[in-house]
Formats: sequence, structure tokens, C-alpha cells
Amino acid sequence: MKILGFVRPDGRVGIRNHIAVIPSSVCASEVAMRIASSVEGAVAIPNQHGCCQIGADLELTTDTLIGLGKNPNVAAVVVVGLGCEGVPTEKIAEEIAQTGKRVEYVIIQECGGTLKAEERGTSIAKQMVQEVAKLQREKVDISNLILAVECGGSDTTSGLASNPVAGYVSDKLIELGGTSMFSETTEIIGAEHLLAKRAVSKKVGDKLLEIVRRCEEKAKTMGVDMRGGQPTPGNIEGGISTIEEKSLGCIYKGGTKPLQGVLEYAEAPTGKGLYVMDTPGQDIESITGMTAGGAQIVIFTTGRGTPTGAPIAPVIKITGNPNTFAKMKENIDFNASAIIEGTETIKEVGEKLFSEMIEVANGKLTKAEALKHREFGIYKLISTF
Amino acid sequence: MKKLAVVAHANDNVATAVKDLKEGQEVMVDVDGKEVKVKLLNDVLFGHKFALKDISKGENIIKYSEVIGKATQLIKMGEHVHVHNIESVRGRGDWEGDS
Repeated sequence: MKILGFVRPDGRVGIRNHIAVIPSSVCASEVAMRIASSVEGAVAIPNQHGCCQIGADLELTTDTLIGLGKNPNVAAVVVVGLGCEGVPTEKIAEEIAQTGKRVEYVIIQECGGTLKAEERGTSIAKQMVQEVAKLQREKVDISNLILAVECGGSDTTSGLASNPVAGYVSDKLIELGGTSMFSETTEIIGAEHLLAKRAVSKKVGDKLLEIVRRCEEKAKTMGVDMRGGQPTPGNIEGGISTIEEKSLGCIYKGGTKPLQGVLEYAEAPTGKGLYVMDTPGQDIESITGMTAGGAQIVIFTTGRGTPTGAPIAPVIKITGNPNTFAKMKENIDFNASAIIEGTETIKEVGEKLFSEMIEVANGKLTKAEALKHREFGIYKLISTF
Repeated sequence: MKKLAVVAHANDNVATAVKDLKEGQEVMVDVDGKEVKVKLLNDVLFGHKFALKDISKGENIIKYSEVIGKATQLIKMGEHVHVHNIESVRGRGDWEGDS
């Protein structure tokens, strides 16, 4: 099966043609936003990280920013640095440039301030936008696609309808040679034994059990019942009683295929098939991690409803709750509630969602894209220093 | 007629309401092809669960054929099952130090 995508110099396929303006630290975020706001087709990825972070945290921010720049949905990149931050601006630019795409960087302290850096960055981004607008979509195999499946604002319809439907699409994409990943380690607690059984090797299964154990231990060190944080108050109002119930519903979004590997936050899969990425259950940080890991498209299931989008990847939102779809139609792309109402099967609804995913891959804008929803957040391990 | 409640797996001891249901209402649920009649002891809102049988205190609550928590009190057939009468057994930092 074919989709229409932009073939990048490294052979990877993008389904969007963004210019990313990436600040290497919080201190450069404002200038990055100003550059992107002046240029059609440019998206900034403002963040509150990149300085006074140490060790694994510093690496995590660096790897995330590099991964986002490398994502094939990004055609060219302007990296903006202040000049004295911990995350090295030049290194980010160099690493991204290994993909063969055009990457430039602007250092605010070297340029001599906001206005000069803004002028230089805007001028570069403008040239880039004009260049990449000439690129044409080509017919490529669907196996180039990496799907990220996310769930958020869950209620009990998530586990009964929207997650199984997303799982169906994930399975089908994998059967066609593609790759799918899901994440949110917190929301595997109570369901890890089922996923571990699907691992292709003992090593992969053990790693899955280990990330879940690590996550649960971290929650326990707070000395409280996780309930209230997970499940969230909204989950509970929607009928979910415990983290185990939430997790058992959540893992349906990963379909039924064998688990090929467990990825670190922002790590790219090395093969095809199904992967789990170790991320928090917080949606925005989770989607950031998966798009930094190379996912070009996101299916986001929700019960309560959410407006979430992402800066560099289309987010298709679906719900299995008929009331939520009726109430939040402006944000939700796809209605899977026929399953709850007993009028259609998971397979029937899954086929429709698969077609929707293909249309979006080929260029159809999601509601989040049309409304410029570009939520962004990077996971953080510890406080800044 | 549209369904009023769904049972995820034949082993489950709870069903999920897919309409807002009323106390005293008799609901027919399909448990693995078998029709079971449950009279509700409370209002059960869309998305919330009710017991398919009597569940004693400490007994596991089963949904998707898996344990989703345990009963903190006796739960009668038809009773609303939620945070007031079941609890999680995972991520319980408040249990640390207890023997």
C-alpha cells in the first residue's frame, strides 16, 4: 500500500514539510517563537529546558531536541541558542544535519541581542520555507510510516472502544510492514504481565517489567496513594476506579502484535513492528518523546475530550464516548462510539480509522493542525540546578 | 434496542454502563452470549461500573478478565462499583512501612 510523502535526503519519509525553529534552551525560546511567527510554514518548539540541567537530564533534553529536528516531517531547521546554555547549540545543529537536511543556527549573544538574532533567524527561515515549498509529495510504501498511539483524558469507553480501534489500526500498519509505538509507562502498571508475554525475547520482556517497576517505585517514594494523580480526577469521574483498570484499558491501544523492543524516551526504533517507549503518562511529554523518536503521525484516543496537537506531527483524535464527540466535535476528528452503542464492530470502525490515517498522512489537516494546536513539553527527571 | 451496559470478558464480575442508569432499573447484560438480568441498587452513570454478583470484602474486582483492584467492603449484585468500595493494590506509597 502506498502513501504520499516527502522523501528526505536520508531516505526517510515525511508527511509534513515543516521548518522547525528549535531553541536549545529556555533562554532562546522567545526569540525562536518570534522567528517562527514571522514565517509561514515555520513552527517553533519553545521549551523550558536546556540549561542548568545535569547528567541524564541534560542528555535527555539534548536527545529530544535532536530527535525532533531529525524527524522527517521537518524539512529544514533553524536552531536558536543564547550562547551560554548547557545544551550545545552547535552540537544539536550538527547532529540534525547528519540527516542531510539543511540546518542553520543563530546564537543570540553572538548576533548582539534579540532583534539582530531575530532578523538573522527570520531571514534564514524565510529562505528555507521558499526552498522546501518546491518539494513534491511522492508515492512511497506505507511501511515508511511510524505511528505513535497515545491516550489521554481516558474514561471507561477508552478501554472498551477507542483504544481497541487504535490497536486495530496499529496491527494493520504492522501487517503492512510499518512501525507503531505506544508509551506512558505509568499506564502499564497492572497490565505489564500481559505485555511482557508478547515480547519477542526474554530481554525485551524483562526491560518492560523493569521500566514499569521503576515507575511504580518512583510513585511510591512520594509516600502517597497514586490515585488522584493516576487515575486523574477526570478519569475517576468518567468511571475509571484504579490505575490497574486504566492500564488494562490503555494497553489495548498497542494492538495484539509481538513487542519488538522497549525504547528510552526520544529513542528511535531500529526495526519495524511494535515498540513501547518509556515515557510518563502525561500526554504532551509522551507525544514529544515519540515524535522525537521519529513518529510522523499520532492517533490520540480520548474519553473526556482534549484539544491536544503537536508541533511537528498531525494528531488524529478519536473518542468512543458519544457524548464527548457531540460536545467537542471541534477538537475530535473521529467518532468510534458506534462500538459502545453496539451498532458497529471494532473491525468496522478500525477500517474507517485506518482510511482516515491514510488521508491525514497524504496531507489532510487534522482539527488540531487546523486550529494550530502545538502543545509541547519535554519530560524531566529531576529539578534544575 | 441499544445496549445499556457492556461486559468486557466472561470472567468479569463487573459491567460498564453505556447509558445513565437509574436505581431500581432492571438491566439485561450479555455475558459471553448469555443474558443476565441485574437490578441496580444505585444510580449508575455512563461509563461507571456495577457488580454482576455479590463480591465479598477483600475479593478481587475482575474486568477484562484481569484484576483491577479489590473490594474494601461487601458489594451486592447491582451495586455501583467505584472508588468508594474498591481500591487499587498498585502504586500505594501510603502502604509503605506497613507490615
